[in-house]
Amino acid sequence: MTREEVFEHVKGILVETLSVDEDKVTLEARFQEDLETDSLDLVELVMTMEETFGIKISDEEAAGIKTVGDAVDFVMKAAGA
Amino acid sequence: MTGLLEGKNVLVTGAANSRSIAWSVALAIKQHGGSVALTYQAERLRRRVQTLADELGETPLIECDVSSDAAVRRAIDELAGFMPVLDGMVHSIAWAPAEDLQGSFVHTSRAGFAQANDISSYSLIATAREARRLMTRGGGIVTMTYAGSWRVVPNYNVMGPAKASLESAVRYLAADLGPDGIRVNAVSAGPIATVAARTIKDFSGMLELLESHTPLRRNVTAEEVADATVFLLSDLSRAITGEVVHVDAGAHATI
Repeated sequence: MTREEVFEHVKGILVETLSVDEDKVTLEARFQEDLETDSLDLVELVMTMEETFGIKISDEEAAGIKTVGDAVDFVMKAAGA
Repeated sequence: MTGLLEGKNVLVTGAANSRSIAWSVALAIKQHGGSVALTYQAERLRRRVQTLADELGETPLIECDVSSDAAVRRAIDELAGFMPVLDGMVHSIAWAPAEDLQGSFVHTSRAGFAQANDISSYSLIATAREARRLMTRGGGIVTMTYAGSWRVVPNYNVMGPAKASLESAVRYLAADLGPDGIRVNAVSAGPIATVAARTIKDFSGMLELLESHTPLRRNVTAEEVADATVFLLSDLSRAITGEVVHVDAGAHATI
């Protein structure tokens, strides 16, 4: 999967599952400040990413995901490893 | 498998997303012929719960912030417009500050303890008191608890005493509401990977450990908890009240 494809998937999760405005979802967007998601939303995002991409994300790793770009990079790394 | 809840109106609280136990309960109630109303905590969450309500079809959606008695009263007043008579209520609400769900229990904050008990236990009393006004032909109230109430579970921490308080409230409410034909019970579910559960530190590790240690050698699903909840809402359980039913693949017996 290319970086672009992963981004589209993550965007899809944010829009469909977390009801985030599609226009706001950029690689630079910060979950809390820009997308106004709360800590439970982030947990749901992590769980949906695990299912979608067949990866495991530990509590510590999840805590390091602050922007949409972080999430995309994490998937690229986890899927490539 | 239809008809167990035919003609019955049930209020389901705590469905926040498609992984919520309350969502599986709502689906099971519909499957067994009942009608469902859902609540959401605050305007910010409305759109997401609306998606769930749309999926059920014909489902009233009512704002209910259980931290306020006035808000709970308003919610039940609003519910009366859709369901003049209520036959059941499912209470599936719990919350504790994230910092109190890890580390040493001895460091539990006074504020965290109070909030955990307010949202996770007092909310049952507040919602039962108001729901009772509409439960004029009797019915069932079911809440969700966890074995961390009586056994030490790492990182469950402040939620342990909160669930112990909740289970005790189930018995006191059962005694109070029994004469009105209202039964009050709890389902003590084995761990399920909901969004809320995942906020408990190392929750995934606990799921893996339990898989090989329960009598049934597996974990439970939200659908299994929902089926037991339907039983407790239905007339099949008409002589059961003040009870805590373990739906945990037998974990309470072996671990």
